[in-house]
Amino acid sequence: MSQLALVIDLNVCVGCHACVTSCKQWNTSGWAGPLVDENPYDADPTGTFFNRVQTFEVGTFPDTETVHFPKSCLHCEDPPCVPVCPTGASHKRADNGIVLVDYDKCIGCKYCSWACPYGAREVDEQQKVMKKCTLCIDRITDLTLPERERKPACVLACPTSARLFGDVQDPDSEVSIAIRERGGYQLMPEWGTKPANHYLPRRKTRIYIDPEELIRADNPLRKEDLTTYSGEETLDDVTW
Amino acid sequence: MQDPITYSDSTVGRVEVKETTCYMCACRCGIRVHLRDGEIRYIEGNPNHPLNKGVLCAKGSSGIMKQYSPGRLTKPLRRKPGAERGTSQFEEISWEAAFELLTERLGRLRAEDPKRFALFTGRDQMQALTGLFAKQFGTPNYAAHGGFCSVNMAAGLIYTIGGSFWEFGGPDLDRAKLFVMIGTAEDHHSNPLKIAISEFKRRGGRFVSINPIRTGYSAIADEWVPIKPGTDGALLLAIIHEIIKLGLYDRDFLIQYTNSAELVVDDSTRADHGLFHRRVDVPIEEGCIDPENKLWWDRAKGPVLTHTPGADPRLMGSYTLDDGTAVKPGFQLLKERVEDYTPEWAAGITGIPADTIRRLAQEMGVTARDQKIELPIQWTDCWDNEHDSVTGNPVAFHAMRGMAAHSNGFQTIRALGILMTLLGTIDRPGGFRHKAPFPRPIPPCPKPPHGPEGVQPNTPLDGMPLGWPARPEDLFVDAAGEAVRLDKAFSWEYPLAVHGLMHNVITNAWRGDPYPIDTLFLFMANMAWNSTMNTVEVRKMLVDKSEDGEYKIPFLVVCDTFSSETVAFADLVLPDTSYLERHDVFSMLDRPISEYDGPVDAVRIPVLPPKGDCKPFQDVLVELGSRLKLPAFVRDDGSRKYRDYPDFIVNYETSPGSGIGFLAGWRGRGGEKFLKGEPNPRQWEMYAKNGCFYHHELPRSYQYMRNWNKGYLHWSRAHGMTRYAEPILLNVYSEVLQRFRLAAQGKRPGRRPPERLRRRVESYFDPLPFYYEPLETKLTDTHKYPLNALTQRPMAMYHSWDSQNAWLRQIHSHNYLFVNPKVGAANGFDDGDWIWVESPHGKVRCMCRFSEAVEPGTVWTWNAIGKASGAWGLSHGADESRKGFLLNHLISEELPPTGNGAHLSNSDPITGQAAWFDVRVRVYKAGADEPKITSPQFDPMPLLPGQERRRGRWQAYVAGLFGKR
Amino acid sequence: MHPAFSVIFLTTLIGAGQGLFLALYTGQIYALANLLPAQGDEFYAFGSLVALTLLVGGLIASFFHLGRPERAWRAAARWRTSWLSREVLVLPLVMALVFAYGLAHWTGHTQPLFTLGNWLAVDATLLIGLAATLAVFALFVCTAMIYAGVRFLEEWSSPLTVVNFTLFGLASGFMLAAAYSAFIGNQLVAFFGTWSVIFTVIALVSRFASLTRNAQLRHKSTVQSAIGVRHQTVSQKAQGATAGSFNTREFFHGRSAGTLRTVRLLFLFLVFPLPILLIGAAYATQSPTLPIVAFAVQYLGLLFERWYFFAEARHPQNLYYQSVA
Ligand SMILES: Nc1nc2c(c(=O)[nH]1)N[C@H]1C(S)=C(S)[C@@H](COP(=O)(O)OP(=O)(O)OC[C@H]3O[C@@H](n4cnc5c(=O)[nH]c(N)nc54)[C@H](O)[C@@H]3O)O[C@H]1N2
Ligand SMILES: Nc1nc2c(c(=O)[nH]1)N[C@H]1C(S)=C(S)[C@@H](COP(=O)(O)OP(=O)(O)OC[C@H]3O[C@@H](n4cnc5c(=O)[nH]c(N)nc54)[C@H](O)[C@@H]3O)O[C@H]1N2
Ligand code: SF4
Ligand code: SF4
Ligand code: SF4
Ligand code: SF4
Ligand code: SF4
Ligand SMILES: [Mo]
Repeated sequence: MSQLALVIDLNVCVGCHACVTSCKQWNTSGWAGPLVDENPYDADPTGTFFNRVQTFEVGTFPDTETVHFPKSCLHCEDPPCVPVCPTGASHKRADNGIVLVDYDKCIGCKYCSWACPYGAREVDEQQKVMKKCTLCIDRITDLTLPERERKPACVLACPTSARLFGDVQDPDSEVSIAIRERGGYQLMPEWGTKPANHYLPRRKTRIYIDPEELIRADNPLRKEDLTTYSGEETLDDVTW
Repeated sequence: MQDPITYSDSTVGRVEVKETTCYMCACRCGIRVHLRDGEIRYIEGNPNHPLNKGVLCAKGSSGIMKQYSPGRLTKPLRRKPGAERGTSQFEEISWEAAFELLTERLGRLRAEDPKRFALFTGRDQMQALTGLFAKQFGTPNYAAHGGFCSVNMAAGLIYTIGGSFWEFGGPDLDRAKLFVMIGTAEDHHSNPLKIAISEFKRRGGRFVSINPIRTGYSAIADEWVPIKPGTDGALLLAIIHEIIKLGLYDRDFLIQYTNSAELVVDDSTRADHGLFHRRVDVPIEEGCIDPENKLWWDRAKGPVLTHTPGADPRLMGSYTLDDGTAVKPGFQLLKERVEDYTPEWAAGITGIPADTIRRLAQEMGVTARDQKIELPIQWTDCWDNEHDSVTGNPVAFHAMRGMAAHSNGFQTIRALGILMTLLGTIDRPGGFRHKAPFPRPIPPCPKPPHGPEGVQPNTPLDGMPLGWPARPEDLFVDAAGEAVRLDKAFSWEYPLAVHGLMHNVITNAWRGDPYPIDTLFLFMANMAWNSTMNTVEVRKMLVDKSEDGEYKIPFLVVCDTFSSETVAFADLVLPDTSYLERHDVFSMLDRPISEYDGPVDAVRIPVLPPKGDCKPFQDVLVELGSRLKLPAFVRDDGSRKYRDYPDFIVNYETSPGSGIGFLAGWRGRGGEKFLKGEPNPRQWEMYAKNGCFYHHELPRSYQYMRNWNKGYLHWSRAHGMTRYAEPILLNVYSEVLQRFRLAAQGKRPGRRPPERLRRRVESYFDPLPFYYEPLETKLTDTHKYPLNALTQRPMAMYHSWDSQNAWLRQIHSHNYLFVNPKVGAANGFDDGDWIWVESPHGKVRCMCRFSEAVEPGTVWTWNAIGKASGAWGLSHGADESRKGFLLNHLISEELPPTGNGAHLSNSDPITGQAAWFDVRVRVYKAGADEPKITSPQFDPMPLLPGQERRRGRWQAYVAGLFGKR
Repeated sequence: MHPAFSVIFLTTLIGAGQGLFLALYTGQIYALANLLPAQGDEFYAFGSLVALTLLVGGLIASFFHLGRPERAWRAAARWRTSWLSREVLVLPLVMALVFAYGLAHWTGHTQPLFTLGNWLAVDATLLIGLAATLAVFALFVCTAMIYAGVRFLEEWSSPLTVVNFTLFGLASGFMLAAAYSAFIGNQLVAFFGTWSVIFTVIALVSRFASLTRNAQLRHKSTVQSAIGVRHQTVSQKAQGATAGSFNTREFFHGRSAGTLRTVRLLFLFLVFPLPILLIGAAYATQSPTLPIVAFAVQYLGLLFERWYFFAEARHPQNLYYQSVA
């Protein structure tokens, strides 16, 4: 069994939204498209996106952390959104664990979105079917693409490489190693949905300076140890 | 649905892939545009491109929506006869009519008084061409965005280290261990910086961000150091104080590669006080470089010529030369300068605890000293010393407008340049690295004309429209010492205004000070909105008339791709193409996209046909230049030299036979040469084949220490990038500034400032950095206006360009004022409330958002999200105009009148850099009965002829099908 | 959650329809046991028609909830896992059985088919009614489990939801039966009225229990677990879309806490004391219209109750949609 997923490194995500719009452009003309926009040039522009980047603040000034937080479908291993779907439109693939919606079957009842604690599904308000991240299944399985490009659009676009893609069931994959070695975690573990997508936490690098090493023997100040004598009184003048 | 595993995108429609260069911002990443049945399917980063290495940002990924935006202009337009300017009442005209109209008007101006034509361009990337056009036309009134953008950064560092951040150089994060980022939100080097910061962090580097606000890149910093705006100078000087006190500077580096050990005359009674003592018996080479006729004080032999082999000069002390001249090494003067700049002193100004300042200084100094990098690269310095290795001190800095956009920015940035120099990090691994054609001499050689005689009818300008003054004689002033340029750049008001002062052009032209003009031509500049200060008043100036009923600015030409706010004010609108519809070059003659390892330039090649009747501005300029018979565009017999822009690019040479043209790659008849060589008729094809860029990787031995790398400097001269192969010593002590100060003090023969500016020049032209409160702060009642107001660039928006983009505007359709909750509590409003933000110059009503990530003395908002109603193809009720707001209404383009003059620009007194971030404000809750829309509001802009009707409620873009269903 | 009118009408209308059917059938059984005067077949037939009308009305309302109603038939596919699918199966079944029940009465299929234990003459209506009763209870469970089964909606995820849905259906259905009886002027007003009052009172208890439970509910998810950052103060600044998204439209009621309180007061008054008072008054005054008013008032109250039911539920996804900037 394989379970494809994204691992998102919050340690380097700068919140640039590249994953948001690269996803939109790939998918709107792709297998899972279109991603419809409502009021594109009017008040309250809104539309279907598979991925959003949010911002949170942690702590109080001046000890504040700003956390950029990208979120798309987490492709849960035990996806609560699937069994509730009355039509079977919402399904989890056996071959790679991707959770998908079959638009031809979907009746737009939104029930699956109620059953997703992560808010990862969005109804397309014009087409009236449920849409969500497909892990770019039409890229990653397209053998006519060169190997390098068989990755989700958001992963290829991300300028900080904060988005890793791979099989979380394969212990040797880049994503599994990252999860293991860098404390990868799941969102809302309390629900037992076992999201396949993981997040890597912030890490901090500090420098410790031992006061002993502050001044070294070759301190350049020693080269400037010069004084000038301009006739003022010294012990030489008053002692014997 | 079809099983996605059996689906292949490539089987849908007719597929083409074309490579070109992104222009959703000025970063210029390489892209691959996938087309399906002639419509854009997908834009991806070009993995082979040196800049973005395949990645693409949010804007770049939204290029499709720029193409299909209803904000696009498609027809040349003329203001309807009798219609009032500013009301957007236009009629279509043909390109031929537009050219005739322009040729007639500009031809007349050129024959009478070329100054009366002014060409100003915004955030564009073709200053080489626009500058050439202006020079050929003969008008001095030309500049691009630099003056209101980041000229302090360019000038402050170029006058100190011969290169700068921005497009000229940057931090070597591949090898740095400590990275200090100051006042940067998003930057020009957008994707490359993101790539580099993340790799740096992954390698375990330590990242410190100094910024009043923590967003964007700062979010992932290991330490955030909140600072009060406009006070970085104090912080840096205190750090320098600590570094010197602890002896954490790189002494060898300072002696060999900077002017720190050079002896400065220290006798305030003398006319050459503060200048380097120069030996008259040493022959000097003519030119703009810094002759090596200065002295060191050797610890054994006393005064010796600089770089005397075997010498071990002093950095400190004061000495007397044989002729009785009192001298001190430049470093000694610096040490004296920072004596009182203690961390405790800086703490009171910056709001940063003294211990933090001390710790930062120690982290920098100890990392630089103890984590030395040594690369096995042999190189030879300018004094013929052979080196077996290149060494580096891995502390890298990056800074941008947070430092630049204050009126004390130049000196602050000088302080940063000096700190980087003290740590020994210039053009060394792990520190700051130059990008070709930098480093350049300090200052670079080009100079503006020196007086009004440089401007003559029907004659090209005698000098460059913009240049690098090294002494008062290089200023562009008349006999009375007053400005010749409309924006007063290179006058005594802003002597080193090396990028001009675009932000004062409209006000000056409107007032007729220094003189009225006839035609103002704006290209790619939204001067009636976000790139202007004092927007409400400037919009009035644009429509103001004199007694005789004529507009004070008689004729306004705007070239734009979209129906921006400025287009509404045009008398003639020239519709430009989008970046996917035209040829473009990013030339060595301008600001290329060079890498640390060597020069890179790039081009754009159209992937789509122009929309409607729009025409590339480049072609427009070539056409106009030919019609006006500007020498560069016509043969001796007056006949047209270039068919169009692509033809111009291939065949133009800076002077006949120079072999230097706009593009550096594949020169020579068959494309066998680079940088210099005869025109190659197949140059475009060769760029196209190579992903639209040319990357020349320098030999490793030429990649470092370039200010003093003999091999590199000779290579650079041989390839036409610099005139001199002399070493470029870092100016810890700035003799250039001292020359201006001496002139102001009346100690120097030659040009002197007008009386009203004497004190100003004397005080700000200090050869060593010092801290002063921003000018506007000094002139503002800070009890009444206690807060600093800032803007930041959002990563998913480029200035005002992207509100017409259906995808990007969903991320930011309107903006809030971010305030620390303490500010809300003190002023009686809550998160989300409608509030007024008021400066001495104006007020805006907007919504607020509480944030713990902003220093409590600062409020801020995303830049240029707010729009005027109806502009950009948006409906009148769009969020941008109802809920979005522009901070520019609060910022004045001029300082309140003082003894120094009634109309001084709100700018750095040295460079004329617009002081956007100096504005002070107060905030208070809006009345419950006030409308819940932002204020001010403007009359809605109607749709223009040729502009597509706004689309309906739904838009479902599918390449190849869009609009067909 | 955003209270969608389609679902509010669906659940309240079919609830009343189901209840009405149960009332009719109860009446028939009581009559069979000679505890009540026997009614003519038209009584049951018309009553069933009313019940059926409500069920159909509910069904129609439900179509407004679907994005693609033309594909509604597909919803029957996943009855093994989906309560929604089950509802989609059981609702037509109930409608069919109620229809058959009414039809059997209408067409007079009341000849005993066989006799049970000598004393119970079983006819077709009784059999169909029994089946329909089972189906109706199944439908109560299915409908309620659609909500109670979403464990993320902790306000709903409780047996109380099933109990409430059933009791409200019964109360409103019996009230409607009383109104129906009053309308046609038979003697069953008091019978149905009394049962309705009993169900209403029990419903008050169980609804009160759920209100109390929900007021004390400590949600499993927090903004900390939502983004995986352990710190006391975490607050959202931006959700990535300044003009909102499906997630802000579907999962938020967009009303003030004050509105919510008002609606709660309204439904607590309209569903419980007022109809009881009215039906009591009807009993005392023998008024033929007051029972109808009592039903109308209670139904109106139920609309508010259902609105509140949705609005009260806080979806964990909302943790990701707290603020725009
Ligand atoms: N996405 C996007 N990218 C862009 C642009 C864009 O519009 N959008 N514009 C491009 C252009 S033209 C430019 S000039 C560059 C500008 O790039 P930046 O200089 O990075 O841009 P700003 O947004 O002006 O950011 C200024 C930063 O300085 C901080 N700051 C303000 N005052 C002070 C101060 O006194 N001290 C310190 N330490 N910090 C301070 C602000 O909080 C802010 O973070 O970006 C370029 N890149
Ligand atoms: N308050 C505040 N104001 C600021 C700043 C700030 O930080 N705070 N930053 C300042 C800085 S650094 C800068 S650089 C300026 C930028 O200011 P500008 O350069 O004046 O403004 P832009 O919004 O970049 O847009 C200029 C115009 O170019 C048009 N355009 C876009 N693409 C093309 C094209 O291909 N061809 C043509 N002909 N036109 C095109 C756009 O439609 C727009 O009308 O803003 C300045 N204004
Ligand atoms: S593209 Fe990468 S860095 Fe940008 S928001 Fe998405 S995950 Fe973060
Ligand atoms: S994240 Fe939501 S939509 Fe995606 S699989 Fe998990 S529950 Fe389903
Ligand atoms: S909206 Fe579509 S996918 Fe979701 S539960 Fe209903 S039918 Fe299934
Ligand atoms: S994996 Fe594909 S569909 Fe999912 S968020 Fe990334 S780009 Fe969008
Ligand atoms: S940074 Fe983004 S918008 Fe700018 S050139 Fe690169 S991809 Fe294009
Ligand atoms: Mo800029």
